[in-house]
Amino acid sequence: MSKILEKEFFSENVAKIVLLAPEIARSRKPGHFVIIKIGDKGERVPLTIASSDDEKGSITLVVQKVGVTSAKLLKLEVGDEVTDVVGPLGKATHIEKVGTVLCAGGGVGVAPLMPIVEGFKKAGNRVITVLAARTKDLVILEEQMRKYSDEVIIMTDDGTYGRQGLVTQGMEEVIKREKVDMSVIIGPAIMMKFGALTTKKYNIKTYVSLNTIMVDGTGMCGACRVSVGGKTRFVCVDGPEFDAHQVDFGQMMMRMGAYKDQEYAAYQKYLGTLETVA
Amino acid sequence: MENIIDYLKAERSQEWRNEIRKSMKTKERTSKVRASMPEADPEVRNKSNVEVNTGLDKDIAILEAQRCIDCPTPTCIDGCPVGIYIPKFIKKIEVGDFLAAASVLKETNGLPAVCGRVCPQEKQCEASCFYTLKLNKPPVAIGYLERFAADYERNSGKATVPEVAGSSKVKVAVVGSGPAGLAASGDLAKLGYDVTVFEALHEIGGVLKYGIPEFRLPNDIVDFEIENLRKMGVKFRNNFLVGKTASFEDLKADGFEAFFVGSGAGLPRFMNIPGENYNGIFSSNEYLTRVNLMNAANPEFDTPVISGKNVAVIGGGNTAMDSVRTAKRLGAKRAMIIYRRSEEEMPARVEEVKHAKEEGIEFMNLHNPLEYYADETGRVKSAKIQKMKLGEPDASGRRRPIPIEGSEFVVDVDTVVVSVGVSPNPIVPASLSKLEITDWGTIVVDKDTMQSSTMPEIFAGGDIVRGGATVILAMGDGRKAAAGMHKYIQEKTKAN
Ligand SMILES: Cc1cc2nc3c(=O)[nH]c(=O)nc-3n(C[C@H](O)[C@H](O)[C@H](O)COP(=O)(O)OP(=O)(O)OC[C@H]3O[C@@H](n4cnc5c(N)ncnc54)[C@H](O)[C@@H]3O)c2cc1C
Ligand SMILES: Cc1cc2nc3c(=O)[nH]c(=O)nc-3n(C[C@H](O)[C@H](O)[C@H](O)COP(=O)(O)OP(=O)(O)OC[C@H]3O[C@@H](n4cnc5c(N)ncnc54)[C@H](O)[C@@H]3O)c2cc1C
Ligand code: SF4
Ligand code: SF4
Ligand code: FES
Repeated sequence: MSKILEKEFFSENVAKIVLLAPEIARSRKPGHFVIIKIGDKGERVPLTIASSDDEKGSITLVVQKVGVTSAKLLKLEVGDEVTDVVGPLGKATHIEKVGTVLCAGGGVGVAPLMPIVEGFKKAGNRVITVLAARTKDLVILEEQMRKYSDEVIIMTDDGTYGRQGLVTQGMEEVIKREKVDMSVIIGPAIMMKFGALTTKKYNIKTYVSLNTIMVDGTGMCGACRVSVGGKTRFVCVDGPEFDAHQVDFGQMMMRMGAYKDQEYAAYQKYLGTLETVA
Repeated sequence: MENIIDYLKAERSQEWRNEIRKSMKTKERTSKVRASMPEADPEVRNKSNVEVNTGLDKDIAILEAQRCIDCPTPTCIDGCPVGIYIPKFIKKIEVGDFLAAASVLKETNGLPAVCGRVCPQEKQCEASCFYTLKLNKPPVAIGYLERFAADYERNSGKATVPEVAGSSKVKVAVVGSGPAGLAASGDLAKLGYDVTVFEALHEIGGVLKYGIPEFRLPNDIVDFEIENLRKMGVKFRNNFLVGKTASFEDLKADGFEAFFVGSGAGLPRFMNIPGENYNGIFSSNEYLTRVNLMNAANPEFDTPVISGKNVAVIGGGNTAMDSVRTAKRLGAKRAMIIYRRSEEEMPARVEEVKHAKEEGIEFMNLHNPLEYYADETGRVKSAKIQKMKLGEPDASGRRRPIPIEGSEFVVDVDTVVVSVGVSPNPIVPASLSKLEITDWGTIVVDKDTMQSSTMPEIFAGGDIVRGGATVILAMGDGRKAAAGMHKYIQEKTKAN
């Protein structure tokens, strides 16, 4: 059981949740995630630890509402308990001084990117961050990103904020302008795929953080498997970060769609129960 | 272990045992027919989760107990990894004192209702029963009787909790709540230690919960035994991954003086053949976890599972049998086992293979998959299968399967469960750089004390040491380790 200490909406469907989890707060490093489960009948869902506070014993998650579990989590209020929280899981990001790091985040991928941006800055790198969203209201964590980035470029699909265009355009602009030593891209699979193709053109070492379907998160089931460099790897224990130029994004996207119909039906049913209650 | 032999002799010469032995001629005992286990109707049970074996009733149990001739040298005990005083509990059944029989079981086995159900008895205690060894007759049904006594006690509402020695303040940690960890924690609690069991998942029980299905081992039974451990003062911390949530160093700093690692063999193997990552292809761990632990087949629960019409399960072990029988229960029209050797080499319990056949499972023995094909959405739709034949025995003593060239054909499948084995869970070894491990990733321990060869405060047992074994072997390891830890802590205390 973990108590919710704070909750704040960044946009209609994205919120920050601060949970009391002292042991996890003490052990976690950038790149780690937790698995949560809500209620006896809930499913196990992975979420990145965006930040933590060792003194308060808390961890911060940034969650986007996409289906049943994320919706249930965002419905909980301060003081409520999340039934199960386990972590920190996965391998921590390997952070070192490399020179200039280009970080790109899209959608809710901005949350897991935040501790990485912070880590690279603190390690003495020049950090340039590109944030991408569909529209102005969906741009999240801008202020926090500015704190640890030498420059923040914002791209929106509809041009309502920052510049209009795709994340790859923002990235390419930076790469053409100055020498980039490394890149980290986190966001929807399709964005990571095209981001990776962009940096590949310029031979820039690139990491992505994969958000596959998971069950246990401890390497026990293989639900999270994905092909990297032709070999099957388990995202929960071998990742979640991998060399972007080795990942088989086609296979990963296919696997993420495995339960699409069931998930959609479950979400509609869940929304239905909410309406009857209300 | 001389004192055990003396103890058994003394027990056997007690008045009540002499009397019951004399009450019937040996000839009469050995001429009785072995009890058969009543079972739920195959056509009913293969559509539901009811337990397949329904258990002996009192009269049959007593009749079966009469078959045991109370041997002067009970060889059956040598076949039991936790050394249950087999003739003693059986004779208690014969006299009708079922609660006393259960107490005898609990002297050496914390999970008798579990073992009575899932032990491969035909390879263990029953394989070394006098009837098997000397009379060439079906052995005494030790497993059925064990289950009977344990179930009787549980249902009687008069279950007793084993006594614990006056509690010491010495803290010990158990990593993993499978049978190895549960057995170790029970013995450590009896010795008076302050025991905490750390479990990575949200449920306690290891494979007993997430692997072995309800129709073979109802979760209530596992929970009951766990509740007993709680009553003995054992603390359980779920959602706690040792090596990640806290390191061994953190736990030492919190005062834990010794550790038992029973973290199991939770890393599924795949065959690395083309198409194996298509949707609809699961490891047996994932398939069984979704259904058993997450209740995915129940629409009230949030976790989804694919329930296919044509399901192929690859492998011939217990895990494969559990997966294929689960698939049948989820509504598969065709549920088939694809196994590369013949039935004789199958590692699964004989009873499970029999039950599977009764339930309408198809067996494609001497077959092996080569490749999978998918539809345009990435969902598996068929498999290319090759026929095999048996050659010379390999290192394991089993005859080696050899592919028959040109025998390939394609079968339609919409779900595949890969059940070709597991490897040791790497999380603990990865978090302890000084721990000696084998090339296969198992922890190296002394076989008597279960102490690590390189880290004296670490003990280990079960699948993390054996690579993959049985519930009862894991429990035997847990018990040995508890004794080893006790000795280690006493010596350390003396030295200080
Ligand atoms: C290591 C890791 C870290 C993650 N970190 C975060 C995080 O910090 N914040 C966060 O909000 N999410 C994160 N995710 C994704 C998150 O786990 C999923 O969004 C969540 O499982 C959705 O559960 P649900 O029951 O709400 O929706 P579901 O019912 O499971 O899914 C609903 C629909 O959303 C789609 N979907 C599911 N996951 C994703 C995804 N990752 N991206 C796009 N579409 C998806 C599904 O295909 C489905 O159609 C992470 C995933 C991984 C593996
Ligand atoms: C489907 C299936 C059917 C089987 N059927 C039979 C049968 O009929 N008869 C039989 O005798 N045997 C059977 N077996 C084998 C038997 O279940 C195992 O040999 C036995 O469970 C091993 O016990 P264990 O305690 O070593 O590990 P497990 O039961 O695997 O338990 C290990 C536990 O440790 C936890 N863990 C791992 N790492 C950590 C960590 N770092 N921190 C905290 N917790 C951790 C895991 O989550 C798990 O719960 C079967 C196995 C399977 C999978
Ligand atoms: S625990 Fe297993 S091996 Fe031991 S007596 Fe019982 S059934 Fe036989
Ligand atoms: S060996 Fe068989 S007959 Fe002899 S005591 Fe054991 S169970 Fe009874
Ligand atoms: S989530 Fe089960 S192995 Fe990764």
